[in-house]
Amino acid sequence: MQDEPTPTELIKAVADFLRNEITPVIKGHNGFKLRVGINALDLVTRQLALAEAGDATEAARLKQLLGADGSLMELNRALSEKIASGEVDLTTPGLSEHLWQTTMDKLAVDQPNYASYKRELGK
Amino acid sequence: MIETELTRCVAAFHPGATGVTGAAKLSGGASQETWTFDIVHPDGNVGAILRRAPPGYGAAPGRAAGLDAEATLMQLAHDAGLPSPKVMHVLRPEDGLGRGFIMARVEGETIARKILRDEEYAGVRPRLARQLGRVIAGIHGLPQAKLPQLRSLTATREIEDLAREYHSFNWPRPVFELALRWLRDHDPGPSSEVTLVHGDFRHGNLIIGPDGVRAVLDWELAHTGDPMEDLGWICVNSWRFGEIDKPVGGFGTREDLFAGYEEAGRKADPDRVMFWEVMGTLRWGVMCCGMMQRFRSGPDHSMERAMIGRRASETEIDLLRLLAPRGR
Repeated sequence: MQDEPTPTELIKAVADFLRNEITPVIKGHNGFKLRVGINALDLVTRQLALAEAGDATEAARLKQLLGADGSLMELNRALSEKIASGEVDLTTPGLSEHLWQTTMDKLAVDQPNYASYKRELGK
Repeated sequence: MIETELTRCVAAFHPGATGVTGAAKLSGGASQETWTFDIVHPDGNVGAILRRAPPGYGAAPGRAAGLDAEATLMQLAHDAGLPSPKVMHVLRPEDGLGRGFIMARVEGETIARKILRDEEYAGVRPRLARQLGRVIAGIHGLPQAKLPQLRSLTATREIEDLAREYHSFNWPRPVFELALRWLRDHDPGPSSEVTLVHGDFRHGNLIIGPDGVRAVLDWELAHTGDPMEDLGWICVNSWRFGEIDKPVGGFGTREDLFAGYEEAGRKADPDRVMFWEVMGTLRWGVMCCGMMQRFRSGPDHSMERAMIGRRASETEIDLLRLLAPRGR
């Protein structure tokens, strides 16, 4: 068993230090790079919090849609092939809902401030 | 120092120039750089931009038109009265600066967030879409006989290029597959009219002032093909920077864009434009994935590149909004 603090707590502490103490004293291009770096740390904390549940429900939906078992990568590969061949399309029950839910779960980690995501979240 | 070569070079094309000052690199990957500098002259300094592939780098790879073609196109646009910087000099081997060209520096803003939010552009924003429509029409009307050698692309060819690149990543993305399938099913076929296509007409490549568009930059992706491609690309949601209800660059409507285009004597085809908007959305998504690949394989192992990989999902939600919209 690993000791405390958790990865999330460590990353948050570093991100908060960079945000609150370092950002005010960095200018120019390095200021931009610092912002990107802080965004990356924030993304990692979101992924640590959300990915496990998102991956589990994605896998469950994929198994139902495909009637098959496998890793998340194998299932996504299988679905991609069926969409490419036309065997599965937007008239297939559950496909649109699956793609929407999977994409919304990804945006919650990647870019929760993206305007399209915020709009769809309100629906 | 680059100022030494530039000083020798400017004396050859700007009579009376005594040197250069303030040379600074604005951007640069491994193979292409942009520099700003001032030409020193007794009558007053002149702002200039150098765009070059440094010595040792050959022709541009892949889709790029090449710096010589870029210079020719920029000059053609300038001569036609379109907002385009004057090309001052095309580099020669004896300049010792590599391949490329020097153009007049145009003052103004290229950063979308400023153009969309700052007060000084508030007056021009409602007029920009129409103005850009006229500018795009002017580009499409440039004389075919004077164009440099360019790649010729059709919708079918571009779909297959995108599919090949996406498959090379070997990372399954069902939403991208859905978009590829949609594009193949809705391929409008060869355009009845084939013109010069700028290929990257969007925020970042447009210099805007409080008076409107002052210059169109970056002809790197220029080719010949369906003129509706440029109208679709500028409507891609990724270039709206949060202003998602204003499809043209976050500042205007398609109707205004088309009206400006038609004022200049050309005809817009909204269905084809929509096809190219879907293609453009997928293309930006594939480009995001490509940047993540280059981050992994180096030499540009930067955080910025890595993080752009996590923007591919933005294009997935935009593709779903286009192809599988949900009820309100």
